[in-house]
Amino acid sequence: MTARIGVVTFPGTLDDRDAARAVRLGGAEPVALWHGDHDLRSVDAVILPGGFSYGDYLRCGAISRFAPVMTEVIDAARGGMPVLGICNGFQILCESHLLPGALTRNSSLHFVCRDQVLRIENSATAWTNAFAPGQEILVPLKNGEGRYEADQSTLDMLEGEGRVVFRYVGGNPNGSRRDIAGVCNERGNVVGLMPHPEHSVEPLTGPSLDGLGVIASVLAALTGTAPVGVGKVTA
Amino acid sequence: MARVVVDVMLKPEILDPQGRAVRGALGRLGLDGVTDVRQGKQFVIDLDAELTDEAVALLHEIAGTLLSNPVIEDYVLHTNPAESPT
Repeated sequence: MTARIGVVTFPGTLDDRDAARAVRLGGAEPVALWHGDHDLRSVDAVILPGGFSYGDYLRCGAISRFAPVMTEVIDAARGGMPVLGICNGFQILCESHLLPGALTRNSSLHFVCRDQVLRIENSATAWTNAFAPGQEILVPLKNGEGRYEADQSTLDMLEGEGRVVFRYVGGNPNGSRRDIAGVCNERGNVVGLMPHPEHSVEPLTGPSLDGLGVIASVLAALTGTAPVGVGKVTA
Repeated sequence: MARVVVDVMLKPEILDPQGRAVRGALGRLGLDGVTDVRQGKQFVIDLDAELTDEAVALLHEIAGTLLSNPVIEDYVLHTNPAESPT
């Protein structure tokens, strides 16, 4: 059975088509989900894609958090369903308190758009198990409010529990604390990152094919061929 | 009928690059003596109700859930904005 991976469209979402295409190229069935529906259409996993949902008025992701579909996404995430937030989707997951911390204005005040090297710091999550620990990948990054902020105790907890999933290599593009590009929840089923693996799935449009590993990971997690968890904390 | 004001500011320990840019502009204008600028948001809210304890509790919920993100921001609710210094 082909895994069904939902991609949510909010008003102002930009990368839903790219995320759906990445899902298809990765061997799964993309399912369009609508912000205004209380319905996940029996999907096995959910991607919250990038963009500027609800215009990003107030704060990035702050209004989307209260969209009808997020009630179902939050419940499913707490129940263990794999959920990936990319860029604006990461901001929404933080505003929803599914992930700790918050994304704030880039320290440079510039919108940054470039290909970015990331190190896979945790290869045991639902969305990174197809990568090798410490593997470096190259994916596009494009944001104006991507500076990851959390208080010291939260940062120490994330580091100690192996919940920093992606870290910037070769220069911190936005002033994120401890070069953090992406984090996960305690169970490792909810992952968020600012850079865009869904754009690195074909030679025509991306700098690598590394993004396919994210889809391969969730397929492995869904079929039970890869254990999902936060690897470094296993006693 | 009531009007309240909610001020939202980044927590003091959170870097505020916008405020820093404003401070830089002041220096370029030759307006010296400013040591720091922090930029925030102000929400002016009109209610179709009197400011009962219930209404104030609701306003705190609004301010603490939607208007501010407690991870990075603090808010102050002014229930008598006319008496606040301008």
